[in-house]
Amino acid sequence: MKMRYVLAVLVENKPGVLVRVAGLLSRRKFNIESVAAGKTGDPGITRITIEVEADEKTLEQVIKQLNKLVNVLKISNLTSEPAVIRDLLLIKVRADASNRNEISQIVETFRAKTIDFSPQSMIIEVTGNEEKMEALMLLLSGYGILEIARTGKVALLRGSKTLINNGEARENGKNVL
Amino acid sequence: MKINGAQMVIEALKKEQVDTVFGYPGGAVLNLYDQLYDADIRHIMSRHEQGAVHAADGYARATGRPGVVFATSGPGATNLVTGIATAHMDSVPLVIFTGQVAIPHIGTDGFQEADITGITLPVTKHNYLVTDLADLPGTIREAFYLATTGRFGPVLIDLPKDIQAATGEFRYPKTVSLPGYNPVYQGHPGQIARAAKAIAQSKKPVIYAGGGVVWSGAEQELLMLAEKTGIPVATTLMGLTGFPGTHPLSLGMLGMHGTYWANMAICEADLILAVGARFDDRVTGKLSNFAALAKIIHIDIDPAEIGKLVDVSIPIVGDVRRVLAELIKKTEPCHTSHWLDRINEWRAEAPLCYHQEEDGEICPQFVIEQIYRETGGSALISTEVGQHQMWTAQYYRFTRPRSLASSGGLGTMGYGFPASIGMQVGRPGELVFCIAGDGSFQMNIQEMATLSTYNLPVKVAVINNQYLGMVRQWQEMFFRRRYSSVDLKQVPDFVKVAEAYGVLGLRAEKPSEVIPAIRRAIAEPGPVVIDFRVKAEENVFPMVPPNSPISEMVRGNG
Ligand SMILES: Cc1ncc(C[n+]2csc(CCOP(=O)(O)OP(=O)(O)O)c2C)c(N)n1
Ligand SMILES: [Mg+2]
Repeated sequence: MKMRYVLAVLVENKPGVLVRVAGLLSRRKFNIESVAAGKTGDPGITRITIEVEADEKTLEQVIKQLNKLVNVLKISNLTSEPAVIRDLLLIKVRADASNRNEISQIVETFRAKTIDFSPQSMIIEVTGNEEKMEALMLLLSGYGILEIARTGKVALLRGSKTLINNGEARENGKNVL
Repeated sequence: MKINGAQMVIEALKKEQVDTVFGYPGGAVLNLYDQLYDADIRHIMSRHEQGAVHAADGYARATGRPGVVFATSGPGATNLVTGIATAHMDSVPLVIFTGQVAIPHIGTDGFQEADITGITLPVTKHNYLVTDLADLPGTIREAFYLATTGRFGPVLIDLPKDIQAATGEFRYPKTVSLPGYNPVYQGHPGQIARAAKAIAQSKKPVIYAGGGVVWSGAEQELLMLAEKTGIPVATTLMGLTGFPGTHPLSLGMLGMHGTYWANMAICEADLILAVGARFDDRVTGKLSNFAALAKIIHIDIDPAEIGKLVDVSIPIVGDVRRVLAELIKKTEPCHTSHWLDRINEWRAEAPLCYHQEEDGEICPQFVIEQIYRETGGSALISTEVGQHQMWTAQYYRFTRPRSLASSGGLGTMGYGFPASIGMQVGRPGELVFCIAGDGSFQMNIQEMATLSTYNLPVKVAVINNQYLGMVRQWQEMFFRRRYSSVDLKQVPDFVKVAEAYGVLGLRAEKPSEVIPAIRRAIAEPGPVVIDFRVKAEENVFPMVPPNSPISEMVRGNG
């Protein structure tokens, strides 16, 4: 059965490492929903969060193939663990004096933020899970959505556990699949 | 003492005990070639960069040591791509150095600039663009380490001109630090015990052995396991030298042009022990029918190969040689005599066959069988790609480790001839035969100059059927004999080609001329090209039509 999985991938911060990861995912025809990459506390390490739609067997292949990349340090499937998963969304919506207040109410209800105004539009920033975003977009579409930008998902394990200390990623000597 | 980047490359090669480099010079590697001029390293200059990389590949397959290649930037580098991809598909260890435009010119479409690290990303195990001289020694150390550990493969280092010219201290690191690269060599003891138990419980076991046996040097262990347990062994094209083809337990090759008995054995088996093999579609035919009754044990150094195409009951990640050595200790002789009888019935039912009439045209299979007989199976063989390749797999019984170089995964025409040059360079005392198709030979025929220049005594046996035979066969069988662009029209005259390069050219046109030509070639101290004019429309049988179960073989040839 196909499902969406969120993978956190720690890679060495080497030139071209993003291309290696993205190239691998595309040439093996894996279905990628989003990719988000950024620095970590360690300047030598970049964290890439990948959302992939796959069945279990394909997911296993995605993880194994990524693991073959020399620059990939660790991969963790956060879908099966308690994790905070967030996506940042910026929406530019058509708005004028007549409906600005109405829209602001929606923004408040969704604990989103208005971050820019113009006579004909406003920009709203929201983070959260998929359902919340979908619901907000649906409501705002009534006013006319002009443009959308999103970061793609990023995620952390809940609690004090981290990817480095006891993530479930590959370890030296682990050879039972 | 300070030395320049090009000198560092040479020093590093010495540390890696490299004695031979295959390559072709150009503007972006002038520094490298200047250093080669009086270095203690032999350089084999090809006539095309593709020839150099295939030769390095043949060298690696014949010796087990990494092949090393030099080429210039831009067109020199892009000419390597087919050879790199060929090596990548067959897990051949190569370290390739390409020149690159100077760092300030990178990204500006400079003269002879090509993004070779970008281009080769999907066909290398790893690659590097060196942008700081201080990184160079460590990068070379890593490249050799990566190429020759875990699952082997080609690694490319792109060297900008200014890096080659810049000077600095050379310190060659003893160790590498690759935190993301940890190949597993030792098999999990619990899994090995489970495998031994499954073997003990099986009634119809088959070993399916691939190129992993060859690369890990597990020929001896495989033989011991088969003999101890009595389990028959079918091999892939890549695994042919992994198990003696003359052994009573050998089933020969399996798959599309495998033997009927190997394929039937797979179909009826209750246990498959896949060893260093990757369930390629040329082997499995229709995947859902492949070994449908069998439990599968899969041993491989690359965890990503396990479960990639078929579900495996007992996965064992590890080096094939070490895992087999452990497995041998845990296994007992199996009662396979009934099973072997059953297989022998299949063997009798549909043996490999062709009909060589005494004064008819030469059968291509006959030529290959005679090369086998005349060499006693002791030659090193390279093949090109096509019908002659499959006939070689069927009729030449390989008994010696590392005695075959053939492009399996990529199926690269133009591979075999330059590869034979590399084999001969790597194992100079040995008799090397290149079994070539008339089409494939022409894809890198310029390497005749290399053969001639270095006076390498390779014997090139051109199986000249005047066709792109394998394509013609498919057109005959699946496209109603509509022969579209497969006629090679008996051009060129290969004897004259040989002579033009200063090489002895022989021709055999009648069956009675085959053996004398082979003997004459073997007796000749230098290189020889033999033009075997063979039957044009002979087909390779048996054959599994594409996407059919491997039990459904077209037998042909009566
Ligand atoms: C570089 C390349 N181009 C095309 C093919 C497709 N192809 C596979 S076999 C073959 C015919 C080979 O002809 P020849 O070398 O004469 O061998 P034969 O089959 O006649 O023995 C062709 C064109 C290929 N494998 N490689
Ligand atoms: Mg031909």
